[in-house]
Amino acid sequence: MSSTMELKMHKEERNIVKDDRKMIVSLKNLNVYYGNFHAVDNVNLNLEKNKVTALIGPSGCGKSTVLRSINRMNELLPETRVTGEILFDGVNINNPKIDAVAVRRRIGMVFQKPNPFPKSIYENISWGAKINGYKGDMDELVEKSLRKAALWEEVKDKLKQSAMRLSGGQQQRLCIARTIAVEPEIILMDEPASALDPIATARIEELIYELKKNYTIAIVTHNMHQAGRISDYTSFLLINEDRKGHLVEYGVTDDLFLNPKDIRTEEYISGKFG
Amino acid sequence: MSNFKENVETRYKISNLWNVVFTTATVISVFMLILLLLNIINGAFGYVAIKNTIEPTELINSGNLDELNEIQLIELLESHLSRGLIRRFNFEKPLKERSNTELMNLIFERIIEPRIVKSWNLKESILEKNSILHYAEKELPGAHIQFRAWLNSNFLIGSQASIPELAGIRTAILGSLMIILLTITFAFPIGVGAAIYLEEYSVDNMFSRFVQVNIYNLSGVPSIIYGLLGLAVFVRGMEPLTSGAMFGYGDPTTTNGRTVLAAGMTLALLILPIIIINAQEALRAVPQTMRQASYGIGATKWQTIWTHVLPHSMDRIMTGTILAVSRAIGETAPIVVIGASTFISVDPSNIFSKFTTLPIQIYQWTSRPQPEFRNIAAAAILVLLILLLAMNGFAIFTRNKISNNRRSN
Ligand SMILES: Nc1ncnc2c1ncn2[C@@H]1O[C@H](COP(=O)(O)OP(=O)(O)OP(=O)(O)O)[C@@H](O)[C@H]1O
Ligand SMILES: [Mg+2]
Repeated sequence: MSSTMELKMHKEERNIVKDDRKMIVSLKNLNVYYGNFHAVDNVNLNLEKNKVTALIGPSGCGKSTVLRSINRMNELLPETRVTGEILFDGVNINNPKIDAVAVRRRIGMVFQKPNPFPKSIYENISWGAKINGYKGDMDELVEKSLRKAALWEEVKDKLKQSAMRLSGGQQQRLCIARTIAVEPEIILMDEPASALDPIATARIEELIYELKKNYTIAIVTHNMHQAGRISDYTSFLLINEDRKGHLVEYGVTDDLFLNPKDIRTEEYISGKFG
Repeated sequence: MSNFKENVETRYKISNLWNVVFTTATVISVFMLILLLLNIINGAFGYVAIKNTIEPTELINSGNLDELNEIQLIELLESHLSRGLIRRFNFEKPLKERSNTELMNLIFERIIEPRIVKSWNLKESILEKNSILHYAEKELPGAHIQFRAWLNSNFLIGSQASIPELAGIRTAILGSLMIILLTITFAFPIGVGAAIYLEEYSVDNMFSRFVQVNIYNLSGVPSIIYGLLGLAVFVRGMEPLTSGAMFGYGDPTTTNGRTVLAAGMTLALLILPIIIINAQEALRAVPQTMRQASYGIGATKWQTIWTHVLPHSMDRIMTGTILAVSRAIGETAPIVVIGASTFISVDPSNIFSKFTTLPIQIYQWTSRPQPEFRNIAAAAILVLLILLLAMNGFAIFTRNKISNNRRSN
């Protein structure tokens, strides 16, 4: 299989896990309940600083749920309960005493469907900065964020135009720029390229590769090649017999793809999964 | 061999049948509306027969008052009118200082005193013009026939009077406008506020469900019951406030809480549930992804609501408010219950004044025996409709501006 060849070629370039690696986020015994429904069962997962961690697994296994827990977006849904520890820089943020609003500035999120605000391109980026107390030069911040999101050249002449008039791929990059603008430490991405064509997808992937120099990224994807191409670590989630989502395997991406320890992982990534 | 039967034709037939049903429904409602409008216009215009109480020829042989000088005009007035009345005129402005035109107007109004003795509606005036003229010649000697628009400028700016052709509607228009402004001032912020609380803040529990069910029920309560509530709470219970006595305003002996303020509050209460329900629907229609986007970059609940949710739902909220306020303008029953005055000629000057409203004036006129009152009632209905149309037009214009800004900025 050619993709396997590809992955092998990449392997040499990849950083080998070192001992001094820094875990910026650690999920410890994470359980999520929607009402009486136990959606995520005892997940333990780490995000290493300046690395991309991919979450893969079949539909409904709880990938989005895990991702939303990390910046406490789950609590916006009614009757949701999250137990376990979410250590962020050593602090358990799964604690009512910790302010979720402050957490969400430091842990940004990009959603599956591009959701720019129905405002101008400029305002899409400036608003987040403004409410988070940004004191610097706003024009500069807008340009910097758009450049980082590889969108500046396309929109620099129409910053006052409505963001809704951009193409889907441009909108998604704008959403990434909007997230970057508030200078988070972690960016959570929930299938950011699933609604995009291959070219736009490739751009987003390049972008993620660039972004990991400054940010830590967790990304949900259904595209195995994408996970293989962009991530350093991969975690594989699955629903077990009692309908709870749980973590099957977690490891360095190339190891997981080439030498999966669990037979279910192997079946899933090779597309045999039923 | 296919398992499917060819049925496109029958499906088209059914589809066309429904098309006809819906078209018919639309045609019927448009027809009813036109009928209503025609019926009103029919009463608001038409021929009238006017007869002078004293013919000018009885005052001067030629019948032409222009030939008289000032002294003669004053003599005429003094000989035909009571002393008391002359004294009053002199008190207002001495007759000797008045110009010829002013004196002539006085003679016209007070001595010649033209009165409408019979009126016809628009349909009769158009279709049976000849027989009207014929009838007037035979049955109403001395009367002359004239086409009259009952809806005219004098009607709009005149105040209440017991003679239909002199009666005007200014007091009622002012009353209606003041009350509706108060109603919006109270009902809009409270209604939208409550909707925001119920949709965005409250958690789903027994209490919030109880509140919700009650709001739905309240929107169906007959308006007269709101009138009774308004009477008990705003007119009687809060009299020092609603009569203005608390602030040293108003005249407690004549208004005693039956004021513009009490009426505005009662109507606000009446439309509050409708505004809440509509605003809730509007808030619910805001896509969840927009809220997520906002929370995702560290916005608080209020920042999310104020910057994204409200602007996005404002056009729908306004649509609901427009419908509710239109209903309030036409309400009669609750206003009657809290004690609107049916015959006042003093304009409401502040929120602690007595008042009357257009629907009340209309109701009162239609119950009078003289047929001419029905003509001015029709004219007043036209005024009410135009007022409604103007206010709705303005609101819709504003709403469209808001939603255009939203879509294109
Ligand atoms: N708001 C919610 N209320 C109730 N149940 C939910 C909610 N969101 C998700 N679930 C349930 O939790 C489980 C996990 O959902 P989740 O969205 O995390 O899956 P996913 O792995 O992201 O799937 P997909 O790949 O299709 O996006 C599913 O069974 C889903 O039905
Ligand atoms: Mg998902």
